Amino acid sequence: MVLDVTWAVRWLTLCAQAMAEHRVWLIELDRAIGDSDHGENMDRGFQAVLEKLAEAQPETPGAALKLTAMTLMSKVGGAAGPLYGTAFLRASTALGDAAEIDPARLADALVAARDGIVARGKAESGDKTMVDAWTPAAEAAQAAAADGAGTVLGVLVAAAEAAEAGAVATDPLVARKGRASYLGERSAGHRDPGAASSALILRAAVGAAA
Amino acid sequence: MKKLINDPRSVVDESVEGFGLAHAGLVTVTADPKYVTRKDAPVAGKVGLVSGGGSGHEPLHAGFVGLGMLDAAVPGAVFTSPTPDQILPATLAVNSGAGVVHIVKNYTGDVLNFETAAELAQAEGVDIRTVLVNDDVAVEDSLYTAGRRGVAGTVLVEKIAGAAAERGDNLDAVAAIGDRVNSNVRTMGVALTPCTVPHAGTPSFDLAEDEIEIGIGIHGEPGRHKIPMENADGITDRLLDPVLSDLGITGGEKVLLFVNGMGGTPLSELYIVYRRAAQVIAERGAAVERSLVGNYITALEMQGCSISVLRLDDELTRLWDAPVHTAALRWGV
Repeated sequence: MVLDVTWAVRWLTLCAQAMAEHRVWLIELDRAIGDSDHGENMDRGFQAVLEKLAEAQPETPGAALKLTAMTLMSKVGGAAGPLYGTAFLRASTALGDAAEIDPARLADALVAARDGIVARGKAESGDKTMVDAWTPAAEAAQAAAADGAGTVLGVLVAAAEAAEAGAVATDPLVARKGRASYLGERSAGHRDPGAASSALILRAAVGAAA
Repeated sequence: MKKLINDPRSVVDESVEGFGLAHAGLVTVTADPKYVTRKDAPVAGKVGLVSGGGSGHEPLHAGFVGLGMLDAAVPGAVFTSPTPDQILPATLAVNSGAGVVHIVKNYTGDVLNFETAAELAQAEGVDIRTVLVNDDVAVEDSLYTAGRRGVAGTVLVEKIAGAAAERGDNLDAVAAIGDRVNSNVRTMGVALTPCTVPHAGTPSFDLAEDEIEIGIGIHGEPGRHKIPMENADGITDRLLDPVLSDLGITGGEKVLLFVNGMGGTPLSELYIVYRRAAQVIAERGAAVERSLVGNYITALEMQGCSISVLRLDDELTRLWDAPVHTAALRWGV
């Protein structure tokens, strides 16, 4: 499997499908500790990404991710728009104009995405935010890429599994950033919606490469 | 869910379109990207004021666009902050060259989107100052939260900073007045019922018939705790005490008392709250010099209210009294 622009477009298409399928679930998660808009916003944002991709026909994975970044930033709103927008933008910059992505560059892009989210949102691990999915994902991706036998699929699978585990691990946490932080102790016992949608996005990346 | 809507996905579009038709003499509505500007914007030599946030809080913010208040308002989806591709053109549209002040409620989404837009505007050569409103005493301002939220005090910041801009203050002076209002106003709110976001279709949180939520923000999102229902005076005391003590109001001071409805509470009840709040302030030896009662920053059809107290000085009082002509606030013209 090569990670080229065809993969990138398939990934983003699967992201849009995942957001549409999980729209109500994400709204329910957000209703518990936020303001009930996450599923709606992510669904609207990725549907817009699909339209932009069809119009613009990007030629590299980096170009596809940059288009995604700009679209999410302008269509999602809330905190998720700037955060995901920054993540995709930083990942796009890390990929540059490469036509194909190797394991090391893939890991670099995931680390850059995580760093962008941290820089924009100023959340740390354990604050019960999407960082709790992205940091384990970026670290698992680096470890998988450092293994000489690592493949791009191996890196993607490691990242997705770590993000999923990270999202589940937000359940008992007390939120310290974002709207859920206003709930204090009452935020414990609920999954962070941003961590949940992050895991969906990284799982879609595996689906596109499989 | 019973709502006067056509399609949950077109609520904001159709509502803002109607707002533009109803107030065509005051504002211009730009549909895509969506923002509302003062009819005569940009006003030559005047600092521009831009605010915005999720929809569902009407009349905030578009209802405050006009002479003596905002130059532009940027509505997001319901309860969702607007995006930089809306905030940037709204900012450019009201920049006369004197710079633009962004008035931002301290909610993570609003802050991130306005921050991004401010960077973009500065890259285009527009001087930007940001006034961050965080008047909500229900939330502890600590490392462990996103900080105090910007709630009803926003209306007072917009009015008074707007008057400063209208009288010709420069960019730094307008921002300083905005900051001064923010640091002298505190607010706390209560929800008696939840509200229903149109596209979600179900109430945004759960409250039993005999329960109320103390310390809510402007989306009904929780603040301090749920308690059993009480009478109006009891609830008023619960809201006002932390406001007055946090502000450190002492005898002899002058204040503005603002009782704001969350959308579903009748004015008659807001006045019952106002009555008790005015009594308590008088008992503390302070003087209510100005008042505002009504639905100015709402959470859709939620029942509930917030109480804000602003410490006044002569200049803030003069700026409060200065002429304003917007869809939702009008005096002196």
